[in-house]
Amino acid sequence: MVSRPHGGRIVNRMVSGKRREHLLEEAKELVKIEVSVHKAIDIEDIAHGAFSPLQGFMVQEDYLSVLDLMRLSNDLPWTIPIVLDVDPHEIAGVKEGDDVALTHKGTILAVMRVEEIYGWDKKDYALKVYKTTDMAHPGVKRVMNMKELLIGGPIDVLNTLENPFEDFTLWPVETRILFRERGWKRIVAFQTRNVPHRGHEFVQKSALTFTDGLLVHPLVGWKKPGDYKDVVILKAYKALIEHYFPKNVVVLAALRMNMNYAGPREAIHHAIVRKNFGATHFIVGRDHAGVGDYYGPYEAWEIFKEFPDLGITPLFIREAYYCKKCGGMVTEKTCPHGEEHRIKISGTRIRKMLKEGKIPPPEMMRPEVAQVVLSFDNPFVE
Amino acid sequence: MSESKKTKYTTVSIPVTLYERLREIIKDTGFTSVSQFVTYILREVVATYESQEDDIDLPEESKKQILERLKRLGYL
Repeated sequence: MVSRPHGGRIVNRMVSGKRREHLLEEAKELVKIEVSVHKAIDIEDIAHGAFSPLQGFMVQEDYLSVLDLMRLSNDLPWTIPIVLDVDPHEIAGVKEGDDVALTHKGTILAVMRVEEIYGWDKKDYALKVYKTTDMAHPGVKRVMNMKELLIGGPIDVLNTLENPFEDFTLWPVETRILFRERGWKRIVAFQTRNVPHRGHEFVQKSALTFTDGLLVHPLVGWKKPGDYKDVVILKAYKALIEHYFPKNVVVLAALRMNMNYAGPREAIHHAIVRKNFGATHFIVGRDHAGVGDYYGPYEAWEIFKEFPDLGITPLFIREAYYCKKCGGMVTEKTCPHGEEHRIKISGTRIRKMLKEGKIPPPEMMRPEVAQVVLSFDNPFVE
Repeated sequence: MSESKKTKYTTVSIPVTLYERLREIIKDTGFTSVSQFVTYILREVVATYESQEDDIDLPEESKKQILERLKRLGYL
């Protein structure tokens, strides 16, 4: 059966109709807090239930519980704090119990009932979530640049950011209805920020052998320079699915969600989010959501042992390579042949070849996928 | 990561004989106490109960709109 949402039900904080009009009118009179794109994305994910059971930004009890225990204050697993930072001058005169308007570039996104205003220790956050305070870590850098106070409370969302991938975006209630319509009971989710190579395809197909369907769920939105552009990833996957998967076993949908590069903690976070979309299984990559060498290669697998109550099954599939003697994709568990027969699938090597305008060997990347990438003048984020 | 002292606890009684058996089981495992082991097992049990399939809690009209959107986008 499709996974039950985390916490029991899919949260919906989107407001529509007359209530929306009324709140928009009210919001004009409220204290306004301008939020970053990063926070606007969190607002969207809360509103549509990707972060169920969160109804808004965390209050201190949940925040500390997530930091210290990797659980919400009601014991549900949760590993990444979802918090809203403010400067004291932005909330001058605001008391707990007041409503404030959250805006982005002047547009009112949401009304928030302020349940709590509290101080926080950024170093403590960095150490617990990222296991480092090194400013070279992108997550640490972002946290250390956040504002002095946090405010927590439920939100009512009136507008969301413009979405260039609207036609690829499905929210949890939609994927759940889609899976039900397709008759899928066991769904494996695959998270990605890359164009697919043969290693990815192997992992996805391995998981499909014992599930009913595959949700390919690329993260879109903010990217690092050098990453593949979102549109390239989506088009490359479309080509792969069209040419190499049977009809109606794959759903390709984009998810706009922030990347924290928090390694093992983020692997759990990604699994919880996919549980909300209805997935029953989640493929966890080697060094999932890692960056640099801050986390051990298998830390993101180990951490799952601490969560017997996650409600989604992690799949740890070993690194695959092409074996010339076997004539196909294999892993060290399925192939007895030596290094001399292997073609390693290196994302870095593939990227370098594509940057030089070359098509990687078909053992590494499907030619149809490579052609899509090369059809863009610049497939990489600058 | 171990449960920190910030967790609030309550007491549940189990037979001493069961406690002794559990203490034997956890020897040479990563569990440092029977309480930690019992917490782990109970969370597993709780998750099983919580995983019962739910109906999608939406008005029929909204479900219809979603189905239409999924068809329009080629998902159905």
